Parts: sequence; structure tokens; C-alpha cells
Amino acid sequence: MSDKPSPKVGLFVTCLVDLFRPTVGFAAIKLMEDAGCIVDVPRAQTCCGQPAYNSGDRADTRAIAENTIAAFEDFDYVVAPSGSCASMLKNHYPSLFAGDAGWQARAEAFSARVFELVSFLTDVLGVKKVDATYEGTITYHDSCSGLRELGIKAQPRLLLQTVGGTRIVEMGESDACCGFGGTFSVKYPEISNEIVGRKTENIGDTAADTLLAGDLGCLMNMAGKLKRQGATTQVRHVAEVLAGMTDTPPIGGSD
Amino acid sequence: MAVEITSPQFKQNTRDALKDAPLQRALGKVREGFIHKRQVAIDALPEFDALRDSARDIKNHTLAHLDLYLEAYEEKVTEAGGHVHWAETAADARGIILDICRRVDARTVTKGKSMITEEIGLNDFLEQCGVTPVETDLGEYIIQLRGEHPSHIIAPAIHVNKDQVESDFRRVHDHLPANRDLSEPETLLDEARRVLRSKYFEADVGITGANFLVAETGTSIIVTNEGNGDLTQTLPRIHIVVASLEKIVPTLDDVSQILRVLARSATGQEMSVYTTLSTGPRRDKDPDGPDEYHVVLLDNGRSAMLGTQFQDMLRCIRCGACMNHCPVYHTVGGHAYGWVYPGPMGAVLTPSLIGIDKAGHLPNASTFCGRCEEVCPMRIPLPKMMRHWREREFERGINPATQRVGLGLWAFLARRPALYAFAMSIAIPALSLFGGAKRRYRYLPLAGGWTRYRDLPAPESRTFMQQWKQREALKQEARP
Repeated sequence: MSDKPSPKVGLFVTCLVDLFRPTVGFAAIKLMEDAGCIVDVPRAQTCCGQPAYNSGDRADTRAIAENTIAAFEDFDYVVAPSGSCASMLKNHYPSLFAGDAGWQARAEAFSARVFELVSFLTDVLGVKKVDATYEGTITYHDSCSGLRELGIKAQPRLLLQTVGGTRIVEMGESDACCGFGGTFSVKYPEISNEIVGRKTENIGDTAADTLLAGDLGCLMNMAGKLKRQGATTQVRHVAEVLAGMTDTPPIGGSD
Repeated sequence: MAVEITSPQFKQNTRDALKDAPLQRALGKVREGFIHKRQVAIDALPEFDALRDSARDIKNHTLAHLDLYLEAYEEKVTEAGGHVHWAETAADARGIILDICRRVDARTVTKGKSMITEEIGLNDFLEQCGVTPVETDLGEYIIQLRGEHPSHIIAPAIHVNKDQVESDFRRVHDHLPANRDLSEPETLLDEARRVLRSKYFEADVGITGANFLVAETGTSIIVTNEGNGDLTQTLPRIHIVVASLEKIVPTLDDVSQILRVLARSATGQEMSVYTTLSTGPRRDKDPDGPDEYHVVLLDNGRSAMLGTQFQDMLRCIRCGACMNHCPVYHTVGGHAYGWVYPGPMGAVLTPSLIGIDKAGHLPNASTFCGRCEEVCPMRIPLPKMMRHWREREFERGINPATQRVGLGLWAFLARRPALYAFAMSIAIPALSLFGGAKRRYRYLPLAGGWTRYRDLPAPESRTFMQQWKQREALKQEARP
């Protein structure tokens, strides 16, 4: 990277990381700074807008999208530690401005610069290994949006293999939905509960002591179910382990 | 007359489904069987994705020229000696079918598997009019005995377990020896086959659906695995095909391409066991076939989908892959959706056909996991269209008031970053404290939907933005 100027990255923190798990944001910054990026966090960001978008509220979604696009216009890249939010920014924002040529062009220029954190590290920055240690057996859940809308499957595993002391065990149906689905989890809690129940069964079957994924919504859902079931599985965002920032208690506590 | 609609009670339906132990046992078959078989079939066909593109393009072209192809089709059917009947509504279709049955004084009608006849509520209607419909597809036969409707578009009795079928057969086939062995699927199949055999010969009219209607030749095509469809359409004097108008494709070559993605997506077979083509009634030199061949072409709301955000749904070839891969369908089964078409395809199609006011839950009851779109052989963007339905509901203000108020409050803040950051900088640290040493809540006011079944992880401490601001301020101070 030495012959090229350092890429300027704007971190899209995501609302769940901002409110519930700031460690993931700082882990993301560390990983990108270690890879030679200059990272900044624009203040004028809140949420990607999915709660409104997936509730059919296009006007609010568009207003939120306009704020976000404007806040990140000075960066070479926009990176989010979430496949779901990154896909919203990358794949869905342009459609909000159909018929408005000026904004659509801005949205498309913005979307082209958006990446999910782990795939940004591997696919854009060419990171092949991380300098971290984590003693434990890990199982990894493929969150739906990252997997199906951004093609994220190999990238986190590639980097996790380079974490010292770690062993990866694959769970059955790692690509099946965890039942979170944003507002779905509170609109249809009974169904959501059954789906996450199948997920925690698959997690339990691996006997892994740690569950990782790349999306905090899914992680909070799975952690919440595991804790309610009395499981001792440690639940963390993949960035925490890759950055070696695992001093904070896991999501939902450790016992 | 038409099928009872319970979609407005979707939530209650799903609660009932979750408590239904035999249903839950049966749903395991969907999760384990279909997904694996489809994957194996697709892994063996490198050009599968290219075929999907082609299949999508064929249907898109057809839908863009639907009037032209329908007229060409009618012309060819007429040339072959058949009759095409245009039915705008379900009631029209039922009336046309009843008229034909009455004209030939039909007592019994055999039926091949057809979701369209479910859509128009044909069986109940015929029975009320004194005509006995006999379902000949094994799954359809089983649910007819049980007085139920299909819970899956290609596996109508997927919700029924083997032991339940055995007790239904013992109850209905009471002329057979009580001590007979019905413990194996094969013995059940044999018995159904023996009982049904005579029905084919007794029937005056055979009714089938159609997987495809071919404009080039005036041919209707069904794909089956049991051969019952063939007997249904060749043995009675009259064959009635009931099909919705989007079943049309231009040529036999087009059909052969779409067939290559259909069975693989549905059951994981390369082809279904029988692919049966019918063109007109029996000709002079034909060894068999019906004396009369009728096609009832049903619209029932479909032409109104053309040119809308929901047109792509008319590409659907009813393979069932979307429901086979749907975590919600896996959890509640097909009946919970409350009308004819379940799963993701139902979540998009049902509101078009019965109205979003009745079917509002269906496009909402999705996690948007995207697996349905990923496996759809016709590349139908199902999640996107479910979102479009949510937009219609939002515009019309028919989603629940609590949701609207909550969303409105949240959006008010989310549109104002400074106010949002300020509000969260007060709320989150307080909430975090409340999380205690466990770092989670077993109960939280206003979050009951979540905490009834799951703990809610507590916020770590202060928001990221608070911490970032402080970190940046310290950096500034440290500078000389």
C-alpha cells in the first residue's frame, strides 16, 4: 500500500453498533487502520433506513438516505460492519431515487463506494491475515443480506483461519435465516422464536464455545435466544475477534 | 362458494400451527427433503442459471404480448377441434364448467391436480350442484378425504403424516378388510390406486389444470409423477382444462426450456415422470382420447397485474421452490396463509387476487432472508414485491396503528442526526445501567414481543458516537 495514497474511509457505524455495541465500531476502525486506511466517522449519520424501508415508508427512507449520502460524499469508501446495512446502502439506495436524475446519480456514485467491512478488507484492501489471537472454537452464521445480496461467505472464514488459537466448526444450515428480520422479530415473535430456536439447535450441535456473525441484529437475536435457553455460548461480532478486541463482555453477557 | 379466506387471521393461524404437533412433525419433511434434492439436481446442471435467464426472458416476452399469444392459442385450439372459454372471474369459470357437466349429464368428474380449481373453489361448487368430483392425485385424494385444502402447491398433503393417511383410508375405504396391512407408503399407494382405478372409467368428465398452454400448437401440457393426469384426461368423454391466462408460452421449444428448470426446482427431478401434451379432442385415427376438449381460460385478477409492480409474479411456474426454502413456511406450513397460495409466492400473489386489505399479513410475514428469490427458477424478485405491498399498505394507512406511531417517532429522530445523537446519548447509558451485571434483560417495557421468547442484550455503555466524540477531543488536546 506504500506507493499509493491511503484510502479515505468513512465508517457507517450502523444504528445497532452505535447504540448497543460500540466495540464493533472501534474494532472496524482498528482493522481498517491496520490495513492502511484513514478512517473517519461523519457525525451526521443515524441509521441506514431499513426499518422505514421495510415498513413501506419510502418518504422517510428517502430523507434518511439523502442525509447519509450527503454525509459520506468526501470519502473514497463507505464501510459498514453489517451486511444488511451495507446492502441497503449499496443495493437499495439508488432505487429510492428513481425518476430523480440528480439524486439518482448521487446515489449511484455513493453506492459504488459502499462495502461491508470484512469483504472490504479481503476483496478491496487485499488483507489476507489478521494479527489477533482468540482461544476458542468458533462457529459462524452467514447473515442473509450479506450472504445473498453481497456474496459474503468465504471472506470471514478466510480471515478467521488466521486468528491464533481458533478452530472453526461449521454448523448445519449456516446459511438459513436466524429469524431476526428486523421488525419481523417483534411483529411475528412466535414465528421468529421458532426460527431462531432451530438456529440455536444447530449452534448447540457444534459444541462451539463462540458464535460469530457479521450482523449485530442477527447476533442479538441469537444471543438473546441462547441466553434464554441457558447456553454459555459467547456471542460476538466477527470484527471483535479479527481485531483482537475481546476484552468486553460478549453480546448478552457471558453466562 | 369460493375458498374460505382466513388470511386476516394469519397471526391466530400461525399460533394454531405452532401448537399442531402432527403438522410440525410433517414440516420437517419440507426442510430435509426438498432443499437437498434440488441442490443435487442443480449442481449436476452447469447451465442451470443460464436456463433461468432464458426462462425469465421467455415469460417476460410472452407477458409483453399476452393478448397476441392468447388469441393465437385460441385459434389453434379451435383448429384442433377444441373450444376455448374465456372466464373473467372465478364465478364465470365455475359456471362454464357446470354448464358443460350439465349438458352431458355428468354425475362424476375425475380431477388431476390443479391449483386453479382450488382458486375457483370448484370441488365444493360441483358437489353442491350434484356432481361428484374425485381427486386422482394421491396427495389431493388424501386431503379430499380429510375435507382439507392443499397446504403446498406441488405437495398438497405435505402437512399429513403417514399414520394419519392410514386412519383416513380405514375410515373411508370401509368396504375393505379391516385387518389389511397399511403400514408402508407402498401399501397406501396401492390401495389408493385400486380404489381410484374404477373412478376413471365411471367419470363422465375429466378436469385437469395446465402447466403450460402453447400458442404455437394450441396444446395444453401437464407434468405429473403418478400418471393420474393422463387417465383423467384420456378416459372420460369430456376433457376440461382449467388454466389461468399467464400459463401461455409461445412455442414448444420455449416449453422445453422452461421444463428443464421446473422439475429440478420443484422436486429435484430432471423431469417429472409424465409430461403430457393434449391438443384438441380425439381425432378419427386416434386410439383414444376425449370426444370434447374444452379450455377454460381464467383471468380472475391477473390482467390487472400487467403493467404494475407485480407483473413479474405472472412468470411463476408454480414449482414451490420458494416455499420449500422459506423459514416462515417451514415454521407454520401452508394453511396458516389462509388462502390457496402459501409461502413467498402466495405472499405476493394472494394480495393481488383477494386484496391487500384481507391479505395484509402475508407480505409482512417475511424476514426478507432472500432465499426464495435465490432459488426461484423464474428469477421473480419476491422480497422486492412483498416490500411493494408493504408500501401500498403504508400509503393506505392500513397497517396497525402501534406500528405506525412507533415508526413515525423513530423516523422523526432518524431524520435529524443531531437530535438523534442527543436523545440516544441520554437513553442508551441509562438503558445500559439497567442491564446490570448480566448484560441483558429478561423483560423490558415495550419490548415484550422480543423478551417473551428471548433475552435482549443490553447496550455496552455509552453510544459509539459519544465515545468517538470524546476520543477525537482527546486527540485534539494531545496535539501541540
